[in-house]
Amino acid sequence: MSIPAFVVLALVTVVSALTVVVHRNPVHSACALVVTLFMLSVFFVGLDAQLVAVLQVIVYAGAIVVLFLFVIMLLNLTRPEARPAGAAPLVAAATAGAAAIVLLLAAALRRSTATAAPGLPEGFGGTAALARRLFTAYLVPFELTSLLLLVAVVGAVVLAKRRV
Amino acid sequence: MVDVAIAAAKVLFVLLIALQVMGLGVFFERKLSALIQDRIGANRASIFGIAGLGLINTLVADPIKFLLKEDVTPDGADHLLHFLAPCISLIPVLATFAVIPFGDVLEVGGRVINLQGAELDVGLLFVLAMASLGVYGVVLAGWASNNRWSLLGGIRGSAQMISYEIAMGLALIGVVITYNSLDLQAIAREQGHLIWGWLPAWGILYQPLAFVIFLTAGVAESKRIPFDLPESESELVSGYFTEYSGAKHLMFMMSDFVEVVLVAALVTTLFFGAWQVPWLMRDGFHFPGGATVGLPSVVVALLQVTSFALKLVFFTSLQIVIRWTLPRFRYDQLMRLGWQGLLPLSLANVMLSALVVLWREPLA
Repeated sequence: MSIPAFVVLALVTVVSALTVVVHRNPVHSACALVVTLFMLSVFFVGLDAQLVAVLQVIVYAGAIVVLFLFVIMLLNLTRPEARPAGAAPLVAAATAGAAAIVLLLAAALRRSTATAAPGLPEGFGGTAALARRLFTAYLVPFELTSLLLLVAVVGAVVLAKRRV
Repeated sequence: MVDVAIAAAKVLFVLLIALQVMGLGVFFERKLSALIQDRIGANRASIFGIAGLGLINTLVADPIKFLLKEDVTPDGADHLLHFLAPCISLIPVLATFAVIPFGDVLEVGGRVINLQGAELDVGLLFVLAMASLGVYGVVLAGWASNNRWSLLGGIRGSAQMISYEIAMGLALIGVVITYNSLDLQAIAREQGHLIWGWLPAWGILYQPLAFVIFLTAGVAESKRIPFDLPESESELVSGYFTEYSGAKHLMFMMSDFVEVVLVAALVTTLFFGAWQVPWLMRDGFHFPGGATVGLPSVVVALLQVTSFALKLVFFTSLQIVIRWTLPRFRYDQLMRLGWQGLLPLSLANVMLSALVVLWREPLA
């Protein structure tokens, strides 16, 4: 990805990410979250990771945020909320965020002084290459994740149907 | 330079077809519905007394009429989202056409042109990604209109689309297991093989159950009768697009209708041999008896595109016939069909496909 394109796309991403946090209307925040997640998938395409990019759109932008919106509408939370009294939570969050940015920047700068990135292996980012790694080297974490999701589903049903 | 020109020509071709489908389709649907209901339909618009020329009316006069109507945004509506919702509805549907192959390859002056808008390794997942983005148009239109009917329609629509997307995606997994690829052009080429030397290996022979599930879920995704609860006129005026007029209303109508054609295109590509003509190879016909007829590349490509178009018309008509035959579902029936009918069936289909593939090609 060329530098000017990256700067423009990064700006859009950061502005939409800020909108998620700052905007008072929850529906607008959720929409900004969709834009942020979509832009992340654009970056994945720029990094030659097509499969991850498409999965990002299907899972996050397409499924999870739709459920957010759905809940916001069903609970009728659409009136803008007043800000919580006092700036303490905002200051705390801003400090934590700034610390994270400084750490990431430091790590990135240390990396970039090292050798140039090696060329991509054959089929990088493709479905076959990713699936092979997932079902050999990372099989146990993969299965554990699916178990975690199953636990979450069962938990949701138990909570929702307590009286049955 | 030439490559850019070819790419631009392909994009223009696919986009114009996708856009023109609306006008042609609406005229076709009016005529077909008249036939189904045993009446004379769409015969007011004619030129020099020839009713067939009324088609020009639908193609030209109708869009102009829509564009000239007043564009109303209701009081208390969210202006930005009210404006964006129809665009979010239409753009993903149009974008999906990019990955659908409409022919094999065309050889012109030593150049081999792949007849597909965009060659994407993960084409099938791209289709699902775009389908999942289309939901936002419905949800946001319902919410941003500041109208209870719209909101109810938007919530119904999003619940329906999410429910049927799951069955749709699981039905596609069976297809992916069979063809071992996510690239739609690769899936189309695989269907050119012959079983027992004479039977074209179309997807319907391998995945009949996936075809039924996919078509049902596809009709539900396009939100037309019998799955039109998000806009059911008798209950919700016009559902999530009650408060839309003029060009924006046209965009919602378009996205629903283009989706019908899209479902037909996907059904054709995945289950009915895409652009394949039985026994037609790249250099001409190879009939099962051993007879061959050599054909130049241009003729082969033309035959393939025609074959794809004819299949497309057939499956579009099938969906129109379904629309004009069945009554609307009740909401509980809709949810029961999706979650208790299609979902378990599609899961069973995934297991069955995997077992068959394992049985035929055991793991090394």
